[in-house]
Amino acid sequence: MDKVKIIEVKESIFADNNKEADRIREELKKEKTFLLNLMSSPGSGKTTLLMRTIEALKDELRIGVMEADIDSAVDAEKIAATGVRSIQLHTGGMCHLDAGMTEHGLKELGTKDLDLVVLENVGNLVCPAEFDTGAVKNAMILSVPEGHDKPLKYPLIFTVCDVLIINKIDVMPYFDFDLEKVREYAHMRNPNLKIFPVSAKTGEGMDAWTNWLKQQVNEWNNT
Amino acid sequence: MHELGIVFHIIKVVERVAQENTLTAVSQVSLELGEVSGVIHEELTDCWKWAVKKTELLKDAELLIETIPAVTFCESCQETYETVKYGRICPFCKSERTYLAQGNEINLKEIKAC
Repeated sequence: MDKVKIIEVKESIFADNNKEADRIREELKKEKTFLLNLMSSPGSGKTTLLMRTIEALKDELRIGVMEADIDSAVDAEKIAATGVRSIQLHTGGMCHLDAGMTEHGLKELGTKDLDLVVLENVGNLVCPAEFDTGAVKNAMILSVPEGHDKPLKYPLIFTVCDVLIINKIDVMPYFDFDLEKVREYAHMRNPNLKIFPVSAKTGEGMDAWTNWLKQQVNEWNNT
Repeated sequence: MHELGIVFHIIKVVERVAQENTLTAVSQVSLELGEVSGVIHEELTDCWKWAVKKTELLKDAELLIETIPAVTFCESCQETYETVKYGRICPFCKSERTYLAQGNEINLKEIKAC
């Protein structure tokens, strides 16, 4: 029997995932493809928002979608109906996607002829925030019925996101939802966070969000 | 199921370290777990026991967990305090401009192997 050794490792278990994510970003940059990681709670209107976003941008950008919700054949069918290329990712029942799973998805989808790929992450505000997927930008959706104190309850996701989309503003009169409080709480965690109040249902505010996204895609793909 | 994903990541790192150091059997893995990392020790250990059985390298490996206490830093008065006891608002100056200084780590500390 060999002698037992003690090897000091001293590294975060996320270190390998982060390296893999950086490598994915390098590949995407070479291929001129922008990857958006979209996160939210279940029921925030993520699929509807995504469909409206696709409708607004599909004449100008070649779009692909990776669906990662644990049980979302319904979502995948809705997205397929918009005419863009989409695939279902398999998380094996897990609560988040990591860089490895994202890379498999990107290969399966095929990114060479796409300008924008949207990764619809698992509906959850905790675990997806911990794993870098290799996305160029991270966005989260918070819907009005969820309440304005979410940034206090789930601070990490507000820290890692570049964009906060506040959805379902059309129902604001019926809820005790303070938009200014969200801005205040969210900016306390992340002063650079871009905030877009929208209603995917009525279309209100959607132009500001889709214009921002289009600009980000063009900057990444053409510089 | 969050813990299972974490376990898979630990195993991946251990497998890489084992390859770099030409190790063939790992008997113990020590982990540093932040007090507010959101990981439940019992669940992590259960997932560990299940997942290592599926590997050759780690099949008999024991998991040791050390807790790193959570400490929050206050930007307003530059003090630090216990996160779990006082939460987000600084107990010294009542400021909300605070951030976690330590306590959300999930670090692989060391591996015992031959």
